[in-house]
Amino acid sequence: MERVVIEEVEKTFPNKEKDGSFTVFKDISLTVDPGEFVSLLGPSGCGKSTLLNIVAGLDQSTAGEVKVGDKKIKGPGSDRGVVFQEAALMPWLNVLENVTFALRKKMKKEEAKKHAEKYLKLVHLSKFMHSYPHELSGGMKQRVSIARALSMDPAVLLMDEPFGALDEQTRMMLHREVQFIWQETQKTILFVTHNIRESILLSDRIVLMGTRPGGIRKIFTVDLPRPRKPSSPEFIKLEEEIMSILAGEIEKVMKEEMGDDFNSKKASLLYGTDRNMGNHI
Amino acid sequence: MALTESLQRIVIGFSLAVIIGGILGILLGVSKIADETLGSLVIALQSVPSIVWLPIALIVFQGGAGAIYFVVILGGTWAMTLNIRMGIKNVQPILIRAARTMGYNNTELIWRVMLPASIPSALTGARLAWAFGWRALMAAELIGRGGLGRTLMDARDFFNMDLVVAIMIIISIIGLIVEYFFFSKIERKVLSRWGLAKAS
Repeated sequence: MERVVIEEVEKTFPNKEKDGSFTVFKDISLTVDPGEFVSLLGPSGCGKSTLLNIVAGLDQSTAGEVKVGDKKIKGPGSDRGVVFQEAALMPWLNVLENVTFALRKKMKKEEAKKHAEKYLKLVHLSKFMHSYPHELSGGMKQRVSIARALSMDPAVLLMDEPFGALDEQTRMMLHREVQFIWQETQKTILFVTHNIRESILLSDRIVLMGTRPGGIRKIFTVDLPRPRKPSSPEFIKLEEEIMSILAGEIEKVMKEEMGDDFNSKKASLLYGTDRNMGNHI
Repeated sequence: MALTESLQRIVIGFSLAVIIGGILGILLGVSKIADETLGSLVIALQSVPSIVWLPIALIVFQGGAGAIYFVVILGGTWAMTLNIRMGIKNVQPILIRAARTMGYNNTELIWRVMLPASIPSALTGARLAWAFGWRALMAAELIGRGGLGRTLMDARDFFNMDLVVAIMIIISIIGLIVEYFFFSKIERKVLSRWGLAKAS
């Protein structure tokens, strides 16, 4: 179990055509305690995935540093397990081989196999160990992906909208399982999502990010007993509170993308509804 | 006799073309510098029918069997190179990112991710290499020495048209056998395993 410390991280994309550059966010500081479940919530384009990728070591920050435990992050490594939105399984390997694929750098074949079987059992996929990825449903693929990340026994589990592409029922199942896995393994989890309900349901703390300028808007501590019920009054109150801040951010993003045409309060059709030919006669 | 000689030539020539083309393709797919310098050269060479090389080859190899091998290898190599290069360039970036988070370094990425991921296009490349190689071999043998092609020319010289047609049929049957008993079988296996086609 390690602490994740994000210190004044900035990400700027250089723009070659114009001399300007585009800063996604800057001066982001955040500490994730060992064993804590923290969600990054925000509208698209706020850089929440970019921040996660910087922690994963897949992206480089322009300024600032990220530390996992005492180690400064320079590149990707197996101390941080990543679950992507797509399962990213190797199509030529079966489920078991996909999990051992993550382990072969660390242990011998036999040991890796035993280890992989243990984690596949944890995500209830023992029956499908010898299936190939294309034979699995989206939810099952994502389970394999979670098992693969967990099997490396990472200090931190990074999840980048892992259930974004799944249907509602599958997502509900996986929410329950992620909570179970988190309680069972006591991992530190950093979870990116754009789903408010998902973030309240799962996390200890919710980091609400905004855009232009990008950064942390507010950090909510979710102090509800688990398992949480989306219908409880406290849940709804928090959801509305987050929504009120997020709505302003979303409006900003839409205005940015569509120009001044966009106005969420006063959407109007371009034509009258009574434009049938000959109406005026 | 002529048949075994031709088959030996195509098998050796094809294998060498796949190996050389494979190595070159990996190099072009992985290294940007190699791709920018050698890449257009490969495309230029690919557009030259390999039989065009025969006159030079005959002089360089002094009319030996080497000339025919040279033409066969040249016929297949470029198709293989370009397909492997394409396969490596088209590996889903997410797979590479995922493997990097598991601590794989660049060399390991090539062997463990990029190469297996590009097997389907390597197969297409091998298929083309075989087709080009076989064509080049027949053409080269018509002009050069030995094999089915030479027998075909000899038959023509004696106005033995039965033999000419018979040899043509043999050539097409060999093509059919290789297609159905070799490439189709491998392709079906690879495609179903890679999840690109439903196994029936």
